[in-house]
Amino acid sequence: MQWETVIGLEIHAQLATKTKIFSGAATAYGAEPNTQACAVDLGLPGVLPVLNQEVVRMAVKFGMAIDAHIADYSVFARKNYFYPDLPKGYQISQMDHPIVGIGHLDIEVDGKTKRIGVTRAHLEEDAGKSLHEDFHGLTGIDLNRAGTPLLEIVSEPDMRSAQEAVAYMRKIHELVQYLDICDGNMQEGSFRCDANVSVRPKGQAEYGTRTELKNINSFKFVEKAINIEVERQIDIIEAGGKITQETRLYDADKNETRSMRSKEEANDYRYFPDPDLLPVYISDALRAEVKADLPELPQIKKQRFIDTYQLDAETASTLSSSKELANYFEALVKESGCDTKICSNWVTVELLGVLNKQGLAIQQSPISHTRLAGLLTRIADNTISGKIAKQVFAAMLASDDSADAIIEAQGLKQITDSGAIEAIIDKIIADNPNQVEQYLSGKDKVFGFFVGQTMKASQGKANPGEVNKILQKKLKR
Amino acid sequence: MSLTADDVNKIAYLARLGIDTQDTESYAKDLSGMLDLVAQMSNINTDDVAPMAHPLDQVQRLRTDAVSETNNREAFQKIAPQVEAGLYLVPKVIE
Amino acid sequence: MHTKTIAQLAKGLRAGDYSSQELTASYLARIKQHTELNSFITVTEEQALTVAKQADMALATGNAPLLTGIPIAHKDIFCTQGVKTSCGSKMLDNFIAPYNATVVEKLDTAGTVSLGKLNMDEFAMGSSNETSFYGAVHNPWASNTVPGGSSGGSAAAVAARLIPGATGTDTGGSIRQPAALCGITGLKPTYGRVSRFGMIAYASSLDQGGPMTQTAEDAALMLQAMAGFDAQDSTSVEREVPDYSAGLNNSLQGLKIGLPKEFFDDGLNNDMASCIETAINEYKKMGAEIIEVSMPNLKLAIPAYYVIAPAECSANLSRMDGVRFGHRCTDPVDLNDLYIRSRGEGFGTEVKRRILVGTYALSEGYYDAYYIKAQKIRRLISDDFKRALQEVDVIMGPVSPSPAFGIGEKTSDPIEMYLADIYTIAINLAGLPAMSIPAGFIDNKPIGLQIIGNYFAEDKLLNVAHQYQQVTDWHQQTPQGFA
Repeated sequence: MQWETVIGLEIHAQLATKTKIFSGAATAYGAEPNTQACAVDLGLPGVLPVLNQEVVRMAVKFGMAIDAHIADYSVFARKNYFYPDLPKGYQISQMDHPIVGIGHLDIEVDGKTKRIGVTRAHLEEDAGKSLHEDFHGLTGIDLNRAGTPLLEIVSEPDMRSAQEAVAYMRKIHELVQYLDICDGNMQEGSFRCDANVSVRPKGQAEYGTRTELKNINSFKFVEKAINIEVERQIDIIEAGGKITQETRLYDADKNETRSMRSKEEANDYRYFPDPDLLPVYISDALRAEVKADLPELPQIKKQRFIDTYQLDAETASTLSSSKELANYFEALVKESGCDTKICSNWVTVELLGVLNKQGLAIQQSPISHTRLAGLLTRIADNTISGKIAKQVFAAMLASDDSADAIIEAQGLKQITDSGAIEAIIDKIIADNPNQVEQYLSGKDKVFGFFVGQTMKASQGKANPGEVNKILQKKLKR
Repeated sequence: MSLTADDVNKIAYLARLGIDTQDTESYAKDLSGMLDLVAQMSNINTDDVAPMAHPLDQVQRLRTDAVSETNNREAFQKIAPQVEAGLYLVPKVIE
Repeated sequence: MHTKTIAQLAKGLRAGDYSSQELTASYLARIKQHTELNSFITVTEEQALTVAKQADMALATGNAPLLTGIPIAHKDIFCTQGVKTSCGSKMLDNFIAPYNATVVEKLDTAGTVSLGKLNMDEFAMGSSNETSFYGAVHNPWASNTVPGGSSGGSAAAVAARLIPGATGTDTGGSIRQPAALCGITGLKPTYGRVSRFGMIAYASSLDQGGPMTQTAEDAALMLQAMAGFDAQDSTSVEREVPDYSAGLNNSLQGLKIGLPKEFFDDGLNNDMASCIETAINEYKKMGAEIIEVSMPNLKLAIPAYYVIAPAECSANLSRMDGVRFGHRCTDPVDLNDLYIRSRGEGFGTEVKRRILVGTYALSEGYYDAYYIKAQKIRRLISDDFKRALQEVDVIMGPVSPSPAFGIGEKTSDPIEMYLADIYTIAINLAGLPAMSIPAGFIDNKPIGLQIIGNYFAEDKLLNVAHQYQQVTDWHQQTPQGFA
């Protein structure tokens, strides 16, 4: 039988605010345990939540970016369950009235564009962390993360393969960073994903029973976890079994999913409107403000790069994948005055090659766009050749010097003075009578020997065009 | 509406509330009484009435995103039942 | 001097008739002398004397705030930094609050001297103060009767003149009903008028703090200090606080008093009805006009309340889990054992009942039938009041169906206890301000007149109450043995 996979994702993006969603405690990552958990975050008696305006603004921004309906009023609700990393015994979340309603996002897989529906995006508070190192058989609770704002982005079950799921997740990851609403750091848990996975016979309209894969926190694991879960489900059904609706945890070490029974028991969350908070109203003024503040979105930027800089789709896609990279590229074009293809080549091949190898983001690039522009300018004005430029680039990586300073210090300036080149060539012709003979007698290949010798003698600095021209003249048959 | 001792036990577990076995019946009786009292509401047609979650007809006030809290761990943990290395300790959490 | 009102004491302090230290010491002595009432959970003697000393210094400068040096006490629901804040529960018997409630902070700033923390029904759930972990409070008018609840300690202490004024909170009548049963003046302000920050939540959409005093004049003084916007409470209202004392002496000529016929139906006993009628007649003499109003949905207030309040409390009390503060059971074997035993041991029977009902009402399959239905009824009740208050300035009626009942009399039947709040609960659902003022005696036990006003009309209520207290002396009566 042919099986079809159905996937929906729930993505939790930590919003990049300075303070918690309902308290004035800092959200900085990596602080000493419980030093960034104030009375509100700890759920001490009598304290009350007050909503952070930046959180609202960021959610609206996201909603606008996915063309979503943004509700005039949204309501916070309490989701009740007991867990030690949840101090109040309820999580403040949104249920019936989320801030962001139905929207969509286009992904590209195998060169084809597919529209993925976003059901909703709602605001909620993050929980703390349980530390499982052994404290004499006990678990330690750190509530620094408790109350960190989260935007939970829920997709429609529109994805049909792990590949599509990853493409969607990457797209959201790219978008939230574009919008400056999430730092996207998956190691630190700022961007997390749960996947709802089911299978059905191809052509069947009803969905199969789904399982929820929890906390799969890298693009690679999302793909692996979904694939392994799909296999598991198909195996069960083909063996005549039934899928149990449950939460499963992906074990990356064993590459398997396993049931999380602890999360299963009695999950009656008893949602009801939080009486400590009032409905959140999104005014027209706020909408206008956020709209004005909205950056050019990746899709639009990509098209503009294709149109304005005559880039191919793939290069444009790479360069627009992050706002910082796109800004770097555009600044480079402007500052170097070079051909846009040379600029895009240097960024995507040379620079990203180095950054990827060193695991650096463009913001951490050891060479600023201004310094790189200095180098490209020297290629354009024939001061150095492309080959020498790579040598200068390597030197720039290792120092803070400008391209000019390195060219100067290492004497890498191209020799364009035809007199100087003529002198070198004359000497080579004089020193190699046999080769001159051979060439003159018709062996065209030998011409390359003279070019090579000239470049060698000039330590690569002779302008190759000039060398060619003079050699043609001198060795006229 | 009449609740059984079994119902009471289920609700009590949902609320993580320890109840002495010998008291379960009396809770069942009291709760059933409360639900009977509450059941008077069903006599009224409220189809066209909007639920009122709050007495204030106001919208949520928003706070500026500026850090106003400082580390107060020592004071907060002084009243905690069990802490170590700045962490609250609880019986082992099994995922 | 212990029978004096706050207004009189403030004058005396300024005139140098006595110092705050003398006043404080004298009230502290009375508190010690009358421990049989069990009105206090904690007495902060040393702290009080230190603050009184500072108050005397401030008074000497001549520009101290009005309440400087006045002894008061707080219901033990308000967090007081460095002082045990138990909420009447074993759960918080070891809870030393690390911060002050805004109300505490504001009264401190106004110069009051806090003498301690007052007994109350556990987590404010009760109408008799019998659910307190610290034992029942005795009504100073008849020691075998209850003071009412949940602010029973506050009411008994003020009635016994152990303190000239106290804070209370009112979720379904918890200021007004004990005020009535103890013969004092109690004011529940409009929801949002007084900050709830640091006031341990029972039912967040209903809770409101307010003053409990001998007179309306004193209530005005205390409310002045307690009211106002608080950025730490999202439900606090950004609205100017008027001068509550300024209009106390306004004439009531032409005042329109609404009497809901539902308050005066067969359910009200004759003695109570005649007391209220006598009080209304006083108002007629002052030139008020009496108008009958109808609020058909009033009878549904108790059912709606006993869904909404338990639902909210079931979540509000979830934070009491034995992890970060409060009672923790010994040697929990696992996480669920920690939760179940800590909470099972920490909470008393009434609190458990309400948590259970609330949990049930919110659970899957019952939410619409109970919670949503109750919220709809709430709207109907609120609309009834809005309609009536378009016609009249204030609404009057009884506070409680009967005067103080016997200790233990209603504990076996929780439903009967709930009915004690039949006249007060609707006001909380609507979020309106209301007062209870002494209006007579039945069998030598005080009863109260309830005055309900429009949103933020506390000044009007105080004016109406004060005028009554100018022509009657019920509020000046002191129980035997406490004069």
